[in-house]
Amino acid sequence: MSLVARHLEANGIATVVMACAKDIVEYCGVPRLLFTDFPLGNPCGEPFNVEQQRKIFSMALDLLESARAPRTTVQTPFIWPHGDKWKELFMSEAQPFLDEKATENWQRAKEEYRKLKKEGKV
Amino acid sequence: MSSYVRYIDKTREYYLAQGYETPYRWAHFDEVPFTPLKKPLSECCITIASTSDVALKSEQNKSDENGHKLIGNVYEIPSDVKATDLFSKQEHYDRHATNLDDVNAYFPVTRLHEFVVRGRLGSVAPYLYGVYTAYSQKRTLEIDAPEVLKRCRENNVDVAVLTPV
Repeated sequence: MSLVARHLEANGIATVVMACAKDIVEYCGVPRLLFTDFPLGNPCGEPFNVEQQRKIFSMALDLLESARAPRTTVQTPFIWPHGDKWKELFMSEAQPFLDEKATENWQRAKEEYRKLKKEGKV
Repeated sequence: MSSYVRYIDKTREYYLAQGYETPYRWAHFDEVPFTPLKKPLSECCITIASTSDVALKSEQNKSDENGHKLIGNVYEIPSDVKATDLFSKQEHYDRHATNLDDVNAYFPVTRLHEFVVRGRLGSVAPYLYGVYTAYSQKRTLEIDAPEVLKRCRENNVDVAVLTPV
C-alpha cells in the first residue's frame, strides 16, 4: 500500500496512509502516515466504535491538510481497550500468525505466483 | 502506554524460527515524493485504496474462480455500496486480537460519505479500489500502482486514503 501511496503522490494525488504497522510504512517511506496503535486489521478504529472511527478519520483529513513535507507521521491518541498483551503474543508460538487453512492459501498463492512468473504471465 | 510493535523484526524472527532463512526484504526508499493539497478538502474528490481484500458479499463465490486474478491486480467497488454489503477475505491480520467484522474499521467507506455530508470533503469518487497482494514489489511498482493512478485520474480523484490491513 505504501508503494501505491508513493506512486500516486509522485503523480499529483495527495495521500494519507492509515496503518497499524508503523515501522513497515516508515521504513518504506510515505508522504503522510496516520498511525493507530491497534492490532493489524483495524487501522481505522475499533470494530463498530463509530465515534472513534470518526475521530480517527477526521485526523487523517487534518493530516492531509497540515503536512508540509513527506514522512509526516501522526499518532492517534487511542489505546486498544483490551490491554496490550497482543503486542507480545502476535507471531508467537502460542498465537501463530496464520491458521492452517490460511497458511495453505498463502503457500498456494505463492506457488501460483511462481508458476505464472515462470510463464511470464505476471 | 507500551511501545509499538516492530513488525519487521517480529516477522524476521518468526519466519527464521520456522526455517525460512532468507528474511523478507521490506521496501525501502531514501526519497519520498510529496504533493501538497491543491485546493481545500471541501472541494476535493476522495477515494480509498486498500489491500484489505474487501469484496461484495453478493460476489463472494465469484472471486475465487480465477485464482490467478487474485495475485496482484486492481479491482473496483462502487462507492455507493453499503458497508454491510461488503466483507473481507483477508487472512493476514491479527486474528487473535481482533476481527474484520466491521468493514469501516479498515475500509472507511461510511466515514467518507459522512464527511462529505458534513461539508468537510467535496465528494466521494464513484469507485473505491482494492489491490491484491502481489508477492512482488516490482509488480506493484510497475503494474498495480500505475493502474490505481490511471483509474484515479479517470475519475478526477484529488486525494486518496490508503489502508493496508
